[in-house]
Amino acid sequence: MTPTDRPALPVGAPADPSAEPPPPHADPLLSVRNLTMTFPGRRGRSAPVRAVDGVSFDVAAGETLGLVGESGCGKSTTGRMIVRLLEPTGGSVSYDGRDISHLGQRELRPLRREIQMVFQDPHSSLNPRQTVARIISDPLLVQGSSAVDARRRAAELMELVGLIPEHIDRYPHEFSGGQAQRIGIARSLATNPRLVVADEPVSALDVSVQAQIVNLMERLQRELGLAYLFIAHDLSVVKRVCDRVAVMYLGRIVEIGPKERVYTAPAHPYTQALLSAVPLPDPVAERSRERITLLGDPPSPATPPPGCTFHPRCAKAQAICRSEAPALRVAAPAETRQVACHFPEAA
Amino acid sequence: MAAEPLLSVRDLTVTFPTGGGPVRAVDSLSFDVHRGRTLGIVGESGSGKSVTSMAVMGLHTGAEVTGSITLDGRELVGLAERDLNRLRGRKMAMVFQDPLSSLHPYYTVGEQIAEHHRVHFGSRRAAARQRAVEMLAEVGIPEPERRAGEYPHQFSGGMRQRVMIAMALACEPELLIADEPTTALDVTVQAQILELIARIQQERSLAVVLITHDLGVVARVAHEVLVMYGGRAAEQAPVEAVFAGPAHPYTRGLLDSLPRLDDADDTPLRAIPGSPPSLLAPAPGCAFAPRCPRAAAADADARERCERVRPRLAASDGRAVACHLPLSPDTAPMDRTRKAIP
Repeated sequence: MTPTDRPALPVGAPADPSAEPPPPHADPLLSVRNLTMTFPGRRGRSAPVRAVDGVSFDVAAGETLGLVGESGCGKSTTGRMIVRLLEPTGGSVSYDGRDISHLGQRELRPLRREIQMVFQDPHSSLNPRQTVARIISDPLLVQGSSAVDARRRAAELMELVGLIPEHIDRYPHEFSGGQAQRIGIARSLATNPRLVVADEPVSALDVSVQAQIVNLMERLQRELGLAYLFIAHDLSVVKRVCDRVAVMYLGRIVEIGPKERVYTAPAHPYTQALLSAVPLPDPVAERSRERITLLGDPPSPATPPPGCTFHPRCAKAQAICRSEAPALRVAAPAETRQVACHFPEAA
Repeated sequence: MAAEPLLSVRDLTVTFPTGGGPVRAVDSLSFDVHRGRTLGIVGESGSGKSVTSMAVMGLHTGAEVTGSITLDGRELVGLAERDLNRLRGRKMAMVFQDPLSSLHPYYTVGEQIAEHHRVHFGSRRAAARQRAVEMLAEVGIPEPERRAGEYPHQFSGGMRQRVMIAMALACEPELLIADEPTTALDVTVQAQILELIARIQQERSLAVVLITHDLGVVARVAHEVLVMYGGRAAEQAPVEAVFAGPAHPYTRGLLDSLPRLDDADDTPLRAIPGSPPSLLAPAPGCAFAPRCPRAAAADADARERCERVRPRLAASDGRAVACHLPLSPDTAPMDRTRKAIP
């Protein structure tokens, strides 16, 4: 897909419903290989922390990859390296076939149009002293639009995300949390990106408002052909929005594959435990479930356990798990799902 | 239930003076909690659920608290601070959302747990410390003897919440109020903490008030449920009834809008339009009316009643709902195909 055959904003009609989502790995939009981020320790006081440790995945145009895991697993750091808020210490990020992991600010600028980000806390990610008009049109002004064009576009974008364009001169505090997140989404769409990295876009919102934003993001994807990297800790939300899902634990991907496979037949013991820990809003089902309760807490990424980093909490751990880190490999023949485990659950 | 409730709240109203005029954060709330039972209070931000728990603990200074709160037959509203101090920790205790900001960074966790014991029982230092170690063991902290001498920052999030629970239970209170106790925790750790609370509740016949925004957590642990909206009770019922056939359109809306792990299809979520209400400008009628699909679909007279007349909480069959147009409990929830999950 070239930039010219993308639908331009605003788009009233939905995308061609007969269009199939592209198969994963076929000429991906985003390709991440062996991505690593080591934060330096303070001299003599703390050890370096390897927050992300050799992460690889692809995101195809128009698809959603869910990136899930618990706090400290490196999912947000991964997202920040992809939008180049952080420069990776190892590995590569390729966008549309071009390695962008070490580009300078000037070379990055055209790419900023293509890759945008939505943040968790809508109010702290919007400048309280700027009007909505300014917030949404800023990316356009940076990219060289005229002030008049940018303002007109901002009004169009407000309408697109379900805000009232007449509110264009209001300030962020005049909006509720859900509305503020719509502003953040409108800003991310201003430059007509092809990839949006959304880092916990609904977790700061009230429960009754989360569904509005999930539905909005799904509609925008259909209408604009966006690809999402959807980072979240809420497995129920991720299951709703993603096509494929990657599960991270302590800086590594432990399982990645099509949503149906990972959610219905998880192969990694951590994925199994994670899924079984999610409470269901249904007292009958909830109280009859068999639950895998993990021992202890996730270890610190500053002092990862040797071998498979999950072994201290794993009920299936054997001697090899304590000494040798399992590689991410295809779980079963004729499957695209990959798992990093010496003893994966037979699918 | 035949036995007297341990905690009985009647017509609780909490009003805060603010620059924009008085704000009624909790309005005419009534509920009971029995020994060995868990009441789940569910609501969104600003629904009044945390204000309610703070009122029970007598922690509102500067707010006007009216109505009645009785604990084991004793009235708490209007009680002197000195008398409240004797009850806090001893008869009732609280666990907060963020354990790190609830623990003192300068004292070891052992000292902090022991302090409760010394204050309430006048125990000597060594005995109180021994008690702290026992409590750490009881909440499942490995090597309690050594860990008692460590500081809060040396504990992980889940372990800190265990420390908070150990501290809350050190003087064997009968009522435990847990305000979003697992919201700051990862889901695998949340499961551990909920199991811990349930185990201790059984062993000690504790009455538990669990405040949360997570309907999944309520479904897992609560016996009774109170759904709050805009500072008022929207619906009160046994947990099975609330989930099988919610009577209030807000409760139904919440359940329909939640993505679930066992959803089979990918139909769009049925979102509730709009945002939670502002307490500064409360609607004269039902707080949910501006977002309510039943009010929107009703004829002009009925809709006017929803917008102008505050619905009273009407009880029948052990459940209560505050709604002019309640749903019949027989109406099936939204048609969603379920599938088995691992």
